[in-house]
Amino acid sequence: MTDTPRLELIGITKAYPGVVANNNVSLKVMPGEIHALLGENGAGKSTLVKFIYGVQKADSGILKWEGAVTDIPNPNVARKLGVGMVFQHFSLFDAMTVEENIALGISPELAKSGLTQRIIDISTQYGLPLEPDRYVHTLSVGERQRIEVVRCLLQDPRLLIMDEPTSVLTPQEVEVLFQTLRQLAADGVSILYISHKLQEIKDLCHTATIMRMGKVVADCNPAEETPRSMAEMMMGGNLTPPERTANAALGAPQLIVKGLSVIASDSHGTDLKEIDFEVRTGEILGIAGIAGNGQQELMDVLSGEVLVDDPKSITIDGNSVGGSGPNRRRSVGMAFVPEERLGHGAVPQMSLWENAFLSGATRMNLLSNGFMRIRESEDYASTIVEEFRVKTPGIANVAASLSGGNLQKFIIGREILQKPGIIIALQPTWGVDAGSAAAIRQSLIDLAANGAAVLVISQDLEELFEIADRLSVICEGRLSPGRKTEDVNVDEIGLLMGGVANDPITEAAAHAD
Amino acid sequence: MLIRLEPRAEASRAMVYQSPLIAVVLTLIAGMIMFRILGTDPLQAVHAFFIEPISTVQGLAELLIKATPLILIGVGLALGFQANIWNIGAEGQLTLGAIFGGIVALAFFDVESIFLLPAMLIAGIVGGMLWAAVPAFLKTRYNTNEILTSLMLVYVSFLLLSYLITGPLRDPDGFNFPESRLFHDSALLPIILEGTRLHLGFLVALLFAVLAWLMIVKHIIGFQIKVIGMAPAAASFAGFKEKKLVWLTLLISGGAAGLAGAIEVSGPIGQVIPVVSPGYGFTAIIVAFLGRLHPIGVVLAGILMALTYLGGDSAQITMNLPNAVTGVFQGMLLFFLLASDVLIRYRIKLGAPRVREVTQRQEGVT
Repeated sequence: MTDTPRLELIGITKAYPGVVANNNVSLKVMPGEIHALLGENGAGKSTLVKFIYGVQKADSGILKWEGAVTDIPNPNVARKLGVGMVFQHFSLFDAMTVEENIALGISPELAKSGLTQRIIDISTQYGLPLEPDRYVHTLSVGERQRIEVVRCLLQDPRLLIMDEPTSVLTPQEVEVLFQTLRQLAADGVSILYISHKLQEIKDLCHTATIMRMGKVVADCNPAEETPRSMAEMMMGGNLTPPERTANAALGAPQLIVKGLSVIASDSHGTDLKEIDFEVRTGEILGIAGIAGNGQQELMDVLSGEVLVDDPKSITIDGNSVGGSGPNRRRSVGMAFVPEERLGHGAVPQMSLWENAFLSGATRMNLLSNGFMRIRESEDYASTIVEEFRVKTPGIANVAASLSGGNLQKFIIGREILQKPGIIIALQPTWGVDAGSAAAIRQSLIDLAANGAAVLVISQDLEELFEIADRLSVICEGRLSPGRKTEDVNVDEIGLLMGGVANDPITEAAAHAD
Repeated sequence: MLIRLEPRAEASRAMVYQSPLIAVVLTLIAGMIMFRILGTDPLQAVHAFFIEPISTVQGLAELLIKATPLILIGVGLALGFQANIWNIGAEGQLTLGAIFGGIVALAFFDVESIFLLPAMLIAGIVGGMLWAAVPAFLKTRYNTNEILTSLMLVYVSFLLLSYLITGPLRDPDGFNFPESRLFHDSALLPIILEGTRLHLGFLVALLFAVLAWLMIVKHIIGFQIKVIGMAPAAASFAGFKEKKLVWLTLLISGGAAGLAGAIEVSGPIGQVIPVVSPGYGFTAIIVAFLGRLHPIGVVLAGILMALTYLGGDSAQITMNLPNAVTGVFQGMLLFFLLASDVLIRYRIKLGAPRVREVTQRQEGVT
């Protein structure tokens, strides 16, 4: 390592109308260093990264690239300098092959002949198996991410920016990615690693810069910190992790799913195969799995947005509801929290009270003769806001004006206040700040303790281990038998997530043959 | 220098309501420039177009008569448009309403009864609904595009009317002119303002607008329409049935257009003729948007658009201007409205565009 930082930011300030996104932020990334950028949603990480990648200009401040003051007006310049970025949401065309996708995203000179060989070279060199002529829609999310990584690596980056890269991977895949990143770092590439998963940062990163409300609040060595101490720096306060009371007595099964098989309506979807499980009152069942293994399909079928042929395959509190829509299921005691907050769980342009009415109409008795009981809906919304500490100026504000965490608290609160017999939540704390996530988990635990059944489908293993009494894993549309949380460990779950004996790597390599 | 549009961080709410007014002012200015080029005195022309027609009680009454079908259809269409269901064929549904209403009137041409008029109006509603049911069925069953199917049915309806008026519905004593018998009094809408032609239909249109407003603001169906338009996934989460709403909004807008057709033949026209509407069904699309898809806004927009019809006639008579001026004004109004709506959400920037990738990927960073 030399003494000249690969990238140095000095006093970066960027203000948007009404909010200072970056306030005098300074940062140094050394060659070969894996540098974590840590902060809650809205802490200013994305603004800072957009600036480095040339997407956005700062109001003031200096960027030094290898010691020289540099201006990065657009991403092309950034790429020429050697800045590569892997985004959280991939920009890939499903109907094109791996190679075509890669060729589209790089400079024309690189996309000339010999690309196939270079893709294969790079992917073997860094342990990222990829078949250049496979179509993207046939690939798993982990494989898609590899395309993005390989696309960056083809351009010989000297700084690689990774935005929340592990949210879509199994623990085993994460380990493979980390090996790749460590190897890159050993080759002298600097890595700016954006995440809020503290254990990962502790395992992987050499240094960490922690941001809060647009400012750098700390620089630390993650190896010397605990996840909890970093979380507290990130939040600027004490973190109260969810507490579980001793296991409440389990009651009768609230939700029974038996022999549920569904052909996915979307051709890229996952078919559900012979799914059996039950959730009893007083317990939290967690379903783990990598994105795209049938979670969305399972949720759609459980919520009644997609109906099944055999009504008896889903029973709620003794009622067969497989052929009934969401309203009937609500009336027999079901409540749902979809993954997507804006546009699915809530209507972005509508006020909070209208959004309270959206799912509460049936159980909260908010309709009379087809007319909306507006006063009662408003009271209901106010109660949610108070009891679940939703930060908002008022219930007349539109859902889109709330931060992710606050809106999620509102949605969870809306469902919990309906006193459901069973609540089903898909990714309940996805993209939510640590404080809100803890509050949401706690409220789910409390709900179970008060005698409801809770089903949480999540890709966040830490979350599931924290709150679930039993764990199942969904993989390629099949559900593993539930096991007591205290009887399983992360590795076992990880293997199930990757398809039992199939190590994701050997599986991917098998495709390559 | 390149000109490009850049999304604004937030659309101004005030501007959403001001943009129709801005569009009207710009239309006036552009209209005056057009008159100037046509070689007439702009002020005089604008006076002839916009002031003269409504300077008498008769004129005002005519304005409301013309506004009646526009309001009825515009309110109906606005409901569907809010749910992203695009009925473009109101002109055809209006024609069917006129045919159905007319058939009832002609079938009982020698019967005097107070039930005749209601029967005609109901028949008109049924006719419009039937015509709108076709795109509704095709959309819910075969997932066809209702824009195309409803539009194509307009031309079918014209041919149907043409056939009927030169055949079965032709006045037997009419010297082979393609017109029906004149309706007798109990098939005509009562006049509500003595000395003018203003008929009950206008009040029906106002009543419909108020009912639609109540439905949108307070009723679960209005709520469902809004949710499905803004966030279809949230509608399915809430258990709203999309197909039901497709049927409902198409039937309501079709029925309203059919009612407007029946009102036209039993009101100002008084018989069935080969052309029952100067394009009210299409103009109502502009009316719906000009009124911000809000029933009360549609009433105001309907009155404004009615003025362009009257103004066209008046300008033709007093200034010798071509009647096409009406179409030009309606076109300009829509154009300026769409332009101001674009500028509410986007701002104009000069300079080279950024790399395309940027806009695509910006959202990806958290």
